[in-house]
Amino acid sequence: MNPLMRGMTQPRTRRDVFRLAGYSAAGLAVAACGVQGQKAAPPKADAVADYWAKQKKNGKVVFANWPEYMPEDKGPLEKFKQDTGIAYEYKEVIQENAEFFGKADPVLRAGQSLGYDIVVMTNGIQLQHMIELGYVVPLDHAKLPNFQANAGQKYKERSYDPGNKYTVPYTSGVTGIAYNTEFVKDKITSIESLFDPKYKGRVGMMSDAQEIGNFGMIALGIDPEKSSEADWRKAGEKLKAQRDAGIVRKYYDQSYIDAVAKGDVWLTMAWSGDVFQRQLAGEPVEFVVPAEGGTIWTDNMLIPKNAANPVDALMLMDYLYQPAVAAELDEFIQYVTPVAAVRDLLREKAESAKGEDKKALEDMIDSPLMFPTEADYAKLRTYTTLTTQQEQVFNQIFQTITQA
Amino acid sequence: MKRLTPYLLALPSWMWLAIFLVVPMVAMASVSLQTGNAIDGFAMTFSFSNYGDAIGRYSTQLLRSLLYGGLATVAMLVIGYPVAYWIAFKGGRRKAMYLFLLLLPFFVSFVLRTISWNFLLSDNGILLGTLKGWGLLPAEFHVLATTFAVVGGLTYNFLPFMILPIYVSLERVDPRVVEAAQDLYATRAAAFRRVVLPLSLPGVFAGVLMTFVPATADPINAAILGGTSNTMIGNIIQTEYLTNLDYPTASALSFTLMAVLLVGIFIYARALGTENVLEAAAR
Repeated sequence: MNPLMRGMTQPRTRRDVFRLAGYSAAGLAVAACGVQGQKAAPPKADAVADYWAKQKKNGKVVFANWPEYMPEDKGPLEKFKQDTGIAYEYKEVIQENAEFFGKADPVLRAGQSLGYDIVVMTNGIQLQHMIELGYVVPLDHAKLPNFQANAGQKYKERSYDPGNKYTVPYTSGVTGIAYNTEFVKDKITSIESLFDPKYKGRVGMMSDAQEIGNFGMIALGIDPEKSSEADWRKAGEKLKAQRDAGIVRKYYDQSYIDAVAKGDVWLTMAWSGDVFQRQLAGEPVEFVVPAEGGTIWTDNMLIPKNAANPVDALMLMDYLYQPAVAAELDEFIQYVTPVAAVRDLLREKAESAKGEDKKALEDMIDSPLMFPTEADYAKLRTYTTLTTQQEQVFNQIFQTITQA
Repeated sequence: MKRLTPYLLALPSWMWLAIFLVVPMVAMASVSLQTGNAIDGFAMTFSFSNYGDAIGRYSTQLLRSLLYGGLATVAMLVIGYPVAYWIAFKGGRRKAMYLFLLLLPFFVSFVLRTISWNFLLSDNGILLGTLKGWGLLPAEFHVLATTFAVVGGLTYNFLPFMILPIYVSLERVDPRVVEAAQDLYATRAAAFRRVVLPLSLPGVFAGVLMTFVPATADPINAAILGGTSNTMIGNIIQTEYLTNLDYPTASALSFTLMAVLLVGIFIYARALGTENVLEAAAR
């Protein structure tokens, strides 16, 4: 075997890796107009240690997150700044995983930095791509003591990132049904309500292929995590029948929450925390996990490749796992926190609080959607993990429905 | 050196065109013929079947976009021509103010304006809710999530691009020409039909070009105002590109759309008589 071929197929030492990079660049120049694949082999342990040994604290961190995922006064981040002297920039730039990945991919592919040190992404196809393509910096767990001490066991054993090699959870949430109590007088309990001709033209479904696919499968009694292509097709037929009967008004992105709060749709697929925030604002919306089940997802913090301040990023990630910080955060965002001790902290706070504050805190403590019990977890399904080939089939089945 | 000066002066524009138009087009043409996926990479296979597959899968959305774009353009023409006419001939000293009012909404972003329609036209919102409260509309009546809403949104968003060119061509019509026509016993209608309208055709031509093309390709109105079967080709291209990372299909669809629009414009230009139009526009 000539050295070139060996270099391409079996990069052994760091020097080989560099040489390979050189060849790839040459290849890129030759195939000028082509788009190169970047599938990355998992990094070796010593490479990870090497990487972290070379990084220094820079006194600055840029955090890219979703809207409504941080109290308005940025309390947790301000405390972080006081305790560590690290300045932060907080940017609400992520609205959708697919769109964010679509924009980040060319930048990371070109070997440039996104300009963010922490990025939050939901477990699912795009996060999988990020890891597969080598776009995520493996974490140094020696620098994550609070995570080790305080994260709930469930949040340390996640099928999409075993051993938290690349990500730590920011928060979890549930996809279920939200309904407007001004228009829907019955108590909604079943996923079948979304398919009920009684609500013709008043049902909102999500346009995301995974979300809507999961609900189609749950309605048919299929566990999405164990589903096959035949199951997807059956779910597709059920959802197509729902659309053709005129039951669905529209396939929504994040804007579903406005539509249900205003009564344009009466019931809709929904994300738990969105609905609670609207309830606090006094809007007539209820959230329910259907008897047949809902889905649980996790938004994860990760450090993108070529980030400028990885050490500061890691420190912030770990800081958010201090129970008091996590409690302050969760009180605002009202999703499921990965830090188990938060519930007790909120209970303590409720004891000393008065009036409406006390009531709000007590509601949070008792909410199965912020602190699910084992029985609640048993009802909740996880997203399926798809290969690239499967993903193409999966997306097409559900997009022919949502984008007819 | 002197003879070279004009070319040198034009150089920046040529560079601009080369870098931001020709290079991306060539790259896109190349990608549209490749096969593969975003994880393993795409390779050039001269797969012309990409076009057949993409058009086959999305012919409904492609035709629908042309239909919506066409409907919106007709609506804009019907609404826009009288507005332009009125400002040009009856606007008097306030012409500038009317034109400013016309452009005022453009100080707000396109997406925000469309979202505010979503808010205004909400089923129980300030408009429909009030009318329903007075019993003027049935409770289940709605505008959002219909074809009407999407075409209406397109019409609203691109209307100034129809009015302005027509206004410019009408503004240049000498009122004495109309008077002359009337002196020669033309009725007001005949004077309009045989004198004013032909003189304004270059403006109409430009207006139609400036509205039909972006309206047909627009993904925003369908996404914000549309329902379950109002998806336009722009939405499909966006999904293929950003969600599915299927760059070849997205590129093939973009090229197809571009080709369809170019052919359409060519036929339209022939029908309206480009030479006359361009000549008149060049005056």
